[in-house]
Amino acid sequence: MSADAVIIRLPARGPGPQVPASFVNPRTDPAWVRWGLTGFAVLVVGVLVGIPVVNIFYEALKEGVRVYWDNLVADPDTRHSIFLTATVVPIALVANIVFGIAAAWAIARFKFPGRTLLTALIDLPFSVSPVVAGLMFVLIFGLQGYLGPFLREDGYSVMPYATSLVGVFVLVVLYFVFRPANPAARRGVWRGPTWLVVPAASVVLFALSVVVQKRLGVWPQGESLKIIFATPGLVLATAFVTFPFVARELIPIMEAVGAEEELAAINLGANGWQMFWHITAPNIKWGLVYGIILCNARAIGEFGAVYVVSGHIAGQTDTMPLRIEKLFQEYNLPGCFAVASVLTLLAILTLVAKARLERKIPSAVHEATGEGGS
Amino acid sequence: MSIRIENVTKTFGKFTAVDKVNLDVPDGTLLALLGPSGSGKTTLLRIIAGLDVADSGSVIREGEDITRQSARDRKIGFVFQHYALFRHMTVEENIGYGLRVRKRPKALIKERVDELLKLIRLEALGKRYPAQLSGGQRQRVALARALAAEPKVLLLDEPFGALDAKVRQELRVWLRKLHQEIHVTSVFVTHDQEEAFEVADRVVVMNQGRVEQYGTPAEVFERPANPFVMDFLGNVNVFHGRVEQGKALVAGAALAVADQHPDAPSAAVYVRPHEVVIQHEQSGNASLPAKVLHVNPAGSRVKVELRATESEQLINAELTSERFAELGLKSGDEVFVSASRVRVFAGNYVI
Repeated sequence: MSADAVIIRLPARGPGPQVPASFVNPRTDPAWVRWGLTGFAVLVVGVLVGIPVVNIFYEALKEGVRVYWDNLVADPDTRHSIFLTATVVPIALVANIVFGIAAAWAIARFKFPGRTLLTALIDLPFSVSPVVAGLMFVLIFGLQGYLGPFLREDGYSVMPYATSLVGVFVLVVLYFVFRPANPAARRGVWRGPTWLVVPAASVVLFALSVVVQKRLGVWPQGESLKIIFATPGLVLATAFVTFPFVARELIPIMEAVGAEEELAAINLGANGWQMFWHITAPNIKWGLVYGIILCNARAIGEFGAVYVVSGHIAGQTDTMPLRIEKLFQEYNLPGCFAVASVLTLLAILTLVAKARLERKIPSAVHEATGEGGS
Repeated sequence: MSIRIENVTKTFGKFTAVDKVNLDVPDGTLLALLGPSGSGKTTLLRIIAGLDVADSGSVIREGEDITRQSARDRKIGFVFQHYALFRHMTVEENIGYGLRVRKRPKALIKERVDELLKLIRLEALGKRYPAQLSGGQRQRVALARALAAEPKVLLLDEPFGALDAKVRQELRVWLRKLHQEIHVTSVFVTHDQEEAFEVADRVVVMNQGRVEQYGTPAEVFERPANPFVMDFLGNVNVFHGRVEQGKALVAGAALAVADQHPDAPSAAVYVRPHEVVIQHEQSGNASLPAKVLHVNPAGSRVKVELRATESEQLINAELTSERFAELGLKSGDEVFVSASRVRVFAGNYVI
């Protein structure tokens, strides 16, 4: 609208000085400034972004679709890198979704000592160089690291304890989620005093699980458990680097939405489980999807931290970005561009999804502040 | 169902929001918790609902101690100040939510929702979302949602706080009528004394976490228990003087005190604006000379501002328009002021 008005007004100013200068809209810059700035921006984006992106697809498809397809799937190492990325990314993503929701809930809903510290620590992976992050894991789990010698000697011996710990933790969470809130309605396992039942049952179940796993010999004995230069290390590094995305996206949304709707649900008789799925989840849904998309994009493209922990063993620990680098070093440009084009395509899809979601999220936060209306 | 609150205390850090409050809400009453902001009335309401936990004391519903029960088992409906409607659910889904989580059959939920939509007169808007409703409509949906679960007690936090004056007035009348129809024990929070007196059967005046007075609107208005209540219930003229032989001596005038009061060397004497009597002639020593400063004839009653000649104290008076016409007052007139009713609180209470 204002652009039209400007275009109509400008000729009047150009030829004759009969229109006083004060009639010109003070908020409008002269034409050469507007065209100059716009042209400069378009030029920079074109040279730095547009041409390279188009070039990737051009190079990849130069010799036809058939060759492109062969470049992607014929080489077993390239094939494995795609498979490895498709394994590592979902695991890291699920871990970060669970962590992100838990952290956002804690920070947005509770006041506790160390809350500010936790908020700051969530941002740490953003401020630390990915290479440093990778190195950190090497220093802990690597051969020369603190846990290296132990992991190499008999690394699997921790597995019964680790799995039992996770299992008991999940059971405790389930115990509290499904416990009837009304003391009178508690039956079976929920009948005893909580302070006694939970610790006692945890200890017994943990011990039982460890003993059973050891007896049955579920885990190999005297073998080294590889974390660095293996898939677990890749998952750890990827998860660490992408760990702020979901939480950072959810905290402001949960703060804006507030706890009142959740309290209203409880007041109307919902239990914690119902409250989460009926009220909280729909309210944070789009923010969560947005966070997942960003997290996913970053996880797929992660190079620095993964580079340090992977050891680039072709066909074993090379993810797609690492594979691209290796193909490039080997002067296999068609192969390199073929894999790069897949990553670029994913990036473009991410951008499209992000742009669509951005329109949904401000409205959610907007309604939350009580100004919504149609 | 009746509610009894015994010795409830709640602190937030160093701030005591509710301080050893005792309160009885008899079955079927509509009670107003009245007080300035920060007086602890909303906190008390949330403690009754179980949305906040008291540090000490107990909440008793019909003889049963429910202090340790969770909010979802108390069957106490709560209407939030900003409604807290579920924004992604339609009006019908909002109203039916309390029945849905209690796993009632679908047909029964539908029936109950339709019945409540009729009660709140929003039958046509059942498929709308909260964002598509006006403030007054949202308020009624919030009320219907709380009523759907058939609560034993209904609590309303500043129910009309966020509405404009006209809708407020309509909803007050509507709430009063609704309460007469369904007779559920209700407590609502307000800082508007007019609202409390118009809607409630009982009024509790709170200040700084304590109950200052409890009674029917007439009792509280006619016999304020202390200077705070007196002052809170609308503007009032305060004179400083003493009490001798049942008369308040203020600036040379002896005013008859309404209630029996022992002699006091120093007392605060309260006269409400509508109890100020203005005359052209002096009537013995029961009146003091004053000068009319300003006359505001807008509204149903004429407001007159005067200044006592001797003490230079400002006096606010309210006259009926008949009396005003009779006196023919204009600013600058010299008149005599006395009081039809005088209340005295001894001691050095500072407002």
